[in-house]
Amino acid sequence: MKKMIVISIVLVYLSILGIAQARAGAARDYISIVGSSTVYPFATVVAENFGKKTRFKTPKIESTGSGGGHKLFGSGIGVAHPDITNSSARITKSQLEKDFKNGVKEVVEVKIGYDGIVVANSRQAMVFRLNRKDLFLALAKQVPVAGNKGALQQNPYKTWKQINALLPDVKIEVFGPPPTSGTRDAFVEMAMEGGANTFTWIATLKKTDKKRYKEICHTIREDGAYIEAGENDNLIVDKLSKSPDALGILGFSFLDQNTDKIQGSFIDGVQPTFQAISDGFYPVSRPLFFYVKKAHVDTIPGMREYLAEFTSETAWGDDGYLTTKGLIPMPEKERRKYKKIVEELTPLTLDDLN
Amino acid sequence: MNNLNKRAVPGNGRTIDIVKKGLNKRYRKERRFRVFGWAAVMISLGFLFLLFISIISNGYTAFQQTMVRLDVYLDTDVIDKDDLAGADYAKLIHEALLSVYPDVTKYNEKRKLYELVSTGAAYRLRDFVAKNRHAIGTTIQIWVPADDDVDMLIKGHIDRKTPQSRRRINDRQLAWVDHLISRGQVKKVFNMTFFTSGDSREPELAGIWGAVCGSFYTLIVTLVLSFPIGGAAAVYLEEFAPKNRWTDIIEVNINNLAAVPSIVYGLLGLAVFLNFFGLPRSVPLVGGLVLTLMTLPTIIIVGRSALKAVSPSIREAGLSIGASKVQLVAHHVLPQALPGMLTGTIIGMAQALGETAPLLMIGMVAFIVDIPAGFTDPSTVLPVQIYLWADSPERAFLEKTSAAIMVLLLFLMIMNATAVFLRRIFEKRQ
Repeated sequence: MKKMIVISIVLVYLSILGIAQARAGAARDYISIVGSSTVYPFATVVAENFGKKTRFKTPKIESTGSGGGHKLFGSGIGVAHPDITNSSARITKSQLEKDFKNGVKEVVEVKIGYDGIVVANSRQAMVFRLNRKDLFLALAKQVPVAGNKGALQQNPYKTWKQINALLPDVKIEVFGPPPTSGTRDAFVEMAMEGGANTFTWIATLKKTDKKRYKEICHTIREDGAYIEAGENDNLIVDKLSKSPDALGILGFSFLDQNTDKIQGSFIDGVQPTFQAISDGFYPVSRPLFFYVKKAHVDTIPGMREYLAEFTSETAWGDDGYLTTKGLIPMPEKERRKYKKIVEELTPLTLDDLN
Repeated sequence: MNNLNKRAVPGNGRTIDIVKKGLNKRYRKERRFRVFGWAAVMISLGFLFLLFISIISNGYTAFQQTMVRLDVYLDTDVIDKDDLAGADYAKLIHEALLSVYPDVTKYNEKRKLYELVSTGAAYRLRDFVAKNRHAIGTTIQIWVPADDDVDMLIKGHIDRKTPQSRRRINDRQLAWVDHLISRGQVKKVFNMTFFTSGDSREPELAGIWGAVCGSFYTLIVTLVLSFPIGGAAAVYLEEFAPKNRWTDIIEVNINNLAAVPSIVYGLLGLAVFLNFFGLPRSVPLVGGLVLTLMTLPTIIIVGRSALKAVSPSIREAGLSIGASKVQLVAHHVLPQALPGMLTGTIIGMAQALGETAPLLMIGMVAFIVDIPAGFTDPSTVLPVQIYLWADSPERAFLEKTSAAIMVLLLFLMIMNATAVFLRRIFEKRQ
């Protein structure tokens, strides 16, 4: 008994000693990456290949969401802070200003490609031919009253046919991500705002009363027609294949991996295909980025090599391994531009963001 | 007999009549109660059974992996004997595939052909060459993992009858796979990779060993800290502390802490261990510290009730022969209470093993390929691995998720069985 007590006390001390050692040996020999869950599947593939090809350790990648990632990234310089943050939206001026204030003076911006957001349904049903106005009218909490400029009403639409006579007469039922998701943000910004802008009085609100404009475009109905299905897009795929009348909002890579179960709806006459998103014809697509702390490039081993791997043609090129994971590559000219930025590590300035 | 009584003592007869009248009703009541109890047990067993059925039926295929045999010519032009790591092994794999199908010439078709085997094939070949330097310049036979799509096809998760446009494998690839099968170049083997490697974005290369190691290191830290601290706190509070307002407040707070959602401990860990003490992110050490905070209340509460359950006669006997309080506790009370305290600790550990929420805040929800080798290497844990795989788009991760759940359940069962086993041993000793 006594022995056990003594042993356990010794063990406690040993572990405390371990803590002290961990603090002392704080130099980090692996790259620490945080950020967007949309970029995560691509960054992880690059990290894995980088780890296997080179003598460096495989980078550690946390999926924290774009906003959370940027907060960690911009909190300071030093091994305790991440070296790279992935982002599914461009850095904002205020975020960059905050970085500058925290001592992160040089941030290099790298665009890696595009991601499409698709509205999909089961293969057992007909392909939907939607436009963004239909999506706005189907999903907004408040919609304009027909013929009465400036007036809003609670969304009265129950079926797609009520919105657009060309659409089938089925109940509006859409599975989509919750408000915490970056996919939801992007969908609201591109599809809902795009649809709302077809009403000229709402479009003018954008300049005159931005708060009200956002309230109209960004508030999604809560009467059961839009069903929050969690952050897991696999769950949405599963639900769609079980309920053929429903639509779902998800990332393009999930459509790409499940073409036997679901199909992407036309939006504004364009179907979400690799080519259409890459050429910029598909309206609901967004660029993906990552941001690099220049101050860390020479202190953390492997940073330059990781950047080189990410921006190599075998990774992000037209036939690179990232495309097999669903990343939609940039046109060659843009790739050359960003490759050059990476080679020269040209930092971002406030003037670049407008 | 009853009739006799009734006749002899009419006064008692009335009571027995009342009892008899109500007897059937009472029996019925008892039967009903038993049926309810039995039904309750059956329902919970039924759900458990359903859970197991769905997990096992989804996941058992993950324990097998489709392999493809390739005849690779280790070209001396490609492999430089002095720089083995620098060679383009992927090219050798591609040439091996092309030598089987020399009629494939178009770029896109070639790409489809290359997609039949995993990108991990090149690394496997590299490791083979590193071990067998003498083989350079000859043709070797090597089994390499098939791509996850091919694996899914062989395991029957891809329906051949669906039109080509809706399949991840096109007709040409289907024909290649069938041809390879007919030549005996495809086989299913036990999936060792799943148990020996770390995470990967390629389902056919992904394994749980990294997560298992992470869980192990994390739980070691938790155990080493929470058992002594929790045990000491329980003994002090139960045996030595005066009963006054302060100890009441402490007791209420411990009970409250046991019910605090675990994410709160994650926030606490982030604020204290990462931001204040400056410990690194995503390491088992911090994970263990956070989980210690989480399991402490459980261990203290269970420990105290185990101490309470020690019979007062033992205490009185000890004190009456002149043992001091410390002697009494150390020699008599604690050994009696130890089985109960150990059970509490193991239940707390099992809880900690299944926890993800607090680890999210301290960065252990991360993609980590390298197997952690110590308490300060970045790592993840089993439930986090399950969560990450469940979120991946590739179909093949579905079965990996279920397989990882099976492994986690196995560990939980082992831990709970250990609790029962330890209790038996200690009980026998007394």
